[in-house]
Amino acid sequence: MKRRQVMALAAGLGLAASLMGTTAMAQDKTRIALVVKALGIGFFEAAAKGAEEAAAELGDVEIIYTGPTDTTAEGQIEVINSLIAQGVDAIAISANDPDALVPALKKAMDRGITVISWDSGVAPEGRQMHLNPSSNELIGRMIIKLAADNLPDQTGEVAVLSASATATNQNIWIEEMKKAMPDYPNIKLLGVVYGDDLADKSYREAMGLIQSYPELDAIIAPTSVGIVAAAQAVTDAGKIGQINVTGLGLPSEMAGHVKSGASKSFAIWNPIDLGYSATMIAYHLARGEAEAQPGAEIPIGRMGKVTLDETNAAAMAEPFVYDASNIDQFKDIF
Amino acid sequence: MTGMNPTRAAVRTIPDRLESPARRALKSWETLLLAVALAIFIANSLASPYFLDPWNLSDATFNFTEKAMIAFAMALLIIAGEIDLSVASTIALASTAMGAAAQLGVGTPGLVAIGLAVGLACGAFNGALVTGLGLPSIVVTIGTMSLYRGISYIVLGDQAYRGYPADFAWFGQGYAFWVISAEFVLFALFALLFGILLHATNFGRAVYAIGNNATAAAFSGIRVGRVKFILFLLTGLMSGVAAVCLTSRLGSTRPSIAMGWELEVVTMVVLGGVSILGGAGSIPGVVIAAFVMGLVTFGLGLLNVPGIVMSIVIGALLIAVIALPRLWRKWRG
Repeated sequence: MKRRQVMALAAGLGLAASLMGTTAMAQDKTRIALVVKALGIGFFEAAAKGAEEAAAELGDVEIIYTGPTDTTAEGQIEVINSLIAQGVDAIAISANDPDALVPALKKAMDRGITVISWDSGVAPEGRQMHLNPSSNELIGRMIIKLAADNLPDQTGEVAVLSASATATNQNIWIEEMKKAMPDYPNIKLLGVVYGDDLADKSYREAMGLIQSYPELDAIIAPTSVGIVAAAQAVTDAGKIGQINVTGLGLPSEMAGHVKSGASKSFAIWNPIDLGYSATMIAYHLARGEAEAQPGAEIPIGRMGKVTLDETNAAAMAEPFVYDASNIDQFKDIF
Repeated sequence: MTGMNPTRAAVRTIPDRLESPARRALKSWETLLLAVALAIFIANSLASPYFLDPWNLSDATFNFTEKAMIAFAMALLIIAGEIDLSVASTIALASTAMGAAAQLGVGTPGLVAIGLAVGLACGAFNGALVTGLGLPSIVVTIGTMSLYRGISYIVLGDQAYRGYPADFAWFGQGYAFWVISAEFVLFALFALLFGILLHATNFGRAVYAIGNNATAAAFSGIRVGRVKFILFLLTGLMSGVAAVCLTSRLGSTRPSIAMGWELEVVTMVVLGGVSILGGAGSIPGVVIAAFVMGLVTFGLGLLNVPGIVMSIVIGALLIAVIALPRLWRKWRG
């Protein structure tokens, strides 16, 4: 028993010594954590690429690319806690829930960490600024425009396949889309279904739409998971040419469906640019080179600069339309 | 062969147990788990310079305290041969009820009472279906899992409840003293209460008896249905406690709250050495299992290991800890 105690003591001392050795290092670089909704999603992998590009440009930056397995707020809180523990310099997060993350992110800010949200936002009290990839209004208008422009005389029936019912950004875009619908008086919205950003569930929901609405002309999926599942469902149901799938998707995942005709066109901003810009902003705020306050202008490298509005939110750029003419050019990028 | 004198025969003592208590303790599941927990703790300390910090360790406890509180009640339920898969949905329903009440201006004590009451009601409904109608608990609670969360979705849709009173935040964000969080105090308190209930009361003996042989237990005078009903009530109540803590920690309610927690709770219970077939297990085991799971996820999180790798590690850990003793016994013949 004596011997065991001595050994435990020795182990403890060794531990303490190794600790002292390691805490001091690795503090000279600015460490920016890019926290995403869930790992393994093409869009966020592309954003991480952009963040690495910004890091290479800035030189003294270390990117920590992380996120939970499922798109849950609880999972992101665990990730935030571990980032607080590591004492990172900045957290740039795409949130699974705008409210539930606020206490955890407030704690991060209390401990001197710069917190910004990008893509899917956090309530203003939980972050210093929010970077929108585009303006919600432009996205809402764009997705209904894409559906209408491919219908004869802009006339037909459409349905929406969204992510989860609690997804912040999808809900806003659908809201903005509805606001733009008076401009298209002959387009009828049949309903909104939720595929939870899961490939199999999105596929089943899309199949459900095809079967319940024989007159369906277009499916609008403002999510990169949903649009692929919907295009696959349309292909499998033999409805290519009858039902057009559009919305927001990734060129690499949609290339095949654009070529087959299941999707005539779709839109997306460039996630590489988004990860790049978020990193640039986080860097400038963390180093005290910029202030997050209404009206402030923050440089974002090759993307120019963003201007914060009265809620400290900023828009990066407009969404870009991809179709058969340019898909080959972009499908290898993201 | 005039026969032996019965009074002179050597007294045969039948030992209560074949090994000394100390030996038995050393070979027990809890010791194995404790060794695993210590190994993980030391590995974490060596792997990350940020691990051995009181505040960081305190933050880490939030990863498991709420789930563990449910796991204590779930352990008793599983030992008695039943299961409740509706616990996470009970959290969603209780949280939704608290959110709705908060919108009407109900204060913190009222909100806590509502959360606990909804938890109890959910448990009572499960218990009534299982013990009253004699339905299998796994089927009943898979049903109520959808039912309870379904109600939350109907009430909230894609909306959220915010605006909880400021002092409500104490349960999930407050500290009792220094780095010891309010949640951790609750966790320790309930560990003690459930430990006493299972290991030092007649009720606890009845739970084991039912799990080993419900018919024999009934013939021994144990009111099997009543004990099981109480266990469902307790599980519902603890889900209500977890709902109060989690809602307070998040400061908001969405219907997707605590999604998927039922499996993590059951994993914790099984990792704690509770037999999924019933009849065996202990609260200390579940407590250590809670720490093991919390330490593994936090330690890997500090190293920024992707979440999917964490799931694989937890899964592998579960299978290893369960398979190793069996392999050991097989190997020793």
